[in-house]
Amino acid sequence: MYQSQTVIGHTLGHKDAPLADCIWPQDALHTIPDWVYTSKAVYDLEVQKIFHGKTWNFVALEAEIPNAGDYKRSYVGPTPVVVARAEDGSVNVFENRCAHRGAEFCRHGHGNAKEFVCPYHQWSYDLKGNLQGIPFKRGVNREGGMPKDFKNADHGLRKLHVTTRNGVIFASYSSEVEPIDEYLTPEILADFDTVFPGKKLKIHGYYRNELPCNWKMYHENLKDPYHATLLHSFLVVFGLLVAGNKSAMLCDPVHGRHGTMASAKSEEKYAVVSEENKKEMRSFHDGLVLQDDRFLEYVREFDSPWSVTMQTVWPNLVVQREMNTLGVRHIVPNGPDSMIMQWTMFGYEDDTPEMERHRLRQGNLMGPAGFLGLEDNEAMKFVQEGVRRASTDESVIKLESGKLGTSNTLISEAAIRSMYSYYREVMGL
Amino acid sequence: MPNPYGFIPRTIAPERAIALRQEIESFNADYCATLDSLDIEAWPDYFTEDALYRITARENAERGLPVGLVYAEGQKMMRDRAVAIARTQMFAPRYMLHMLSNTRVTSETAAGEVASSTAFMLMQTLVEGPTTLHLAGMYYDRFVRVEGVLRLQERQVIYDSAILANDLVYPV
Repeated sequence: MYQSQTVIGHTLGHKDAPLADCIWPQDALHTIPDWVYTSKAVYDLEVQKIFHGKTWNFVALEAEIPNAGDYKRSYVGPTPVVVARAEDGSVNVFENRCAHRGAEFCRHGHGNAKEFVCPYHQWSYDLKGNLQGIPFKRGVNREGGMPKDFKNADHGLRKLHVTTRNGVIFASYSSEVEPIDEYLTPEILADFDTVFPGKKLKIHGYYRNELPCNWKMYHENLKDPYHATLLHSFLVVFGLLVAGNKSAMLCDPVHGRHGTMASAKSEEKYAVVSEENKKEMRSFHDGLVLQDDRFLEYVREFDSPWSVTMQTVWPNLVVQREMNTLGVRHIVPNGPDSMIMQWTMFGYEDDTPEMERHRLRQGNLMGPAGFLGLEDNEAMKFVQEGVRRASTDESVIKLESGKLGTSNTLISEAAIRSMYSYYREVMGL
Repeated sequence: MPNPYGFIPRTIAPERAIALRQEIESFNADYCATLDSLDIEAWPDYFTEDALYRITARENAERGLPVGLVYAEGQKMMRDRAVAIARTQMFAPRYMLHMLSNTRVTSETAAGEVASSTAFMLMQTLVEGPTTLHLAGMYYDRFVRVEGVLRLQERQVIYDSAILANDLVYPV
């Protein structure tokens, strides 16, 4: 059910607070106030300070637009943009808004074009977003038309700064944002470059879904290794992640805004869970065995100590490496109570047909119908409903209390604390 | 390469298509009754042992992209999914209702393999929620006979709904 169709869905007035009333609770490190998820004023400030601020936003993979003229519709925060490859091979990102009357001129999700023509009055733009032509610019029969001092160069599309890293395209509204490698930090690049070593990608396809939750919850969920063994009985039952496996919750050391949830699968296909740990996990099902466990096989294709790395790249990207199923998730915020997730699943161009099928089979773990994915979506929806509708106003994050940054235990909320410490600084809250 | 999920011309006589259509509509009514009663563990019985089942967006189908929201190679993968949903997965309770229409039987081979397509609408009703149109699309099917009875050798569930509402829990 889409958020817009919620029947009992009004946010209580004090939870939709104006900025002046948004005061962080006293035990700031261990408390998250509900208004970060529910206030329209906070959301608007996030768009301004974060998505349109000094950040690199994921917009596309180069493999999606390999040829001159290829383009893709995308988003920076909630703002619609077009990502296009020009004849000179450059990648260009500009807002999907005609400079004339504001129409979102690009309607196809992807395609190949020589130019972009707004359907309303046929103003045309080149693949870099420059205004090329205006019909009847000089009027008809010497009447009407644009003033003499009208310059096409002053009326192009709004262009964004663009950078790429090994085939991943980022855009920014800011001219002051640091270079992408510095932005990501070496600690995050280690696992990012494992998935994107510069090899050619092969796009396997897309999932798109609306999650009726605040966009930050998606980051939090992947900075919260505590939930993984408790919510996802599938992971536990089939030994993919068990409390006690080698694992880490890595944080970028500069700002604490990016993270990598990493774990290493044991050699055995099925987990050995101690009696003591079993007692802690209500969702554990003893003796459940798959009839066809091919999709749990892990082909060691990477030089990495981890079999799973789930990376949160601030502010809108998740890089998924769940064993051999690879993908990027593009977060599109959609007001305080909703976000759109755009998943692009891929393999490598040099995959054998069997490897491609293995990735597709393993893909059943992820996505909006995935064994893990659907449980996350359900849980985040429950949280949004709770924070919107209940009379109490705070969440508690006290696991491994006081700690910020990288943690070696799954039973920790340090990475969530790091993210909010940075968030408060950027937002001035 | 032509889109295998577009319009497929009919290559068999109209009388034969009508007879097979009745049989397939009856099969699909049972299939949907099983799913709509949430008897998920009986769902794989409608398939052959080496059947292929995929749910994917029309966008992927039209571009020839192989990914599946659900991608099951063989009845055993379907049984694992059915058991996972019925016994281990966490999700809010819901009812599902399939409405099927426009079944077209397009071909039949000498070996008895039948190809057809059927439009579907899938309604979802959540606790505290309205009944919503959750998914709309087409089944592209290949049927074979196992001991005289129709079984699915392949079901491609190709949905138009560009942005899925939160998630898809049950098979379609």
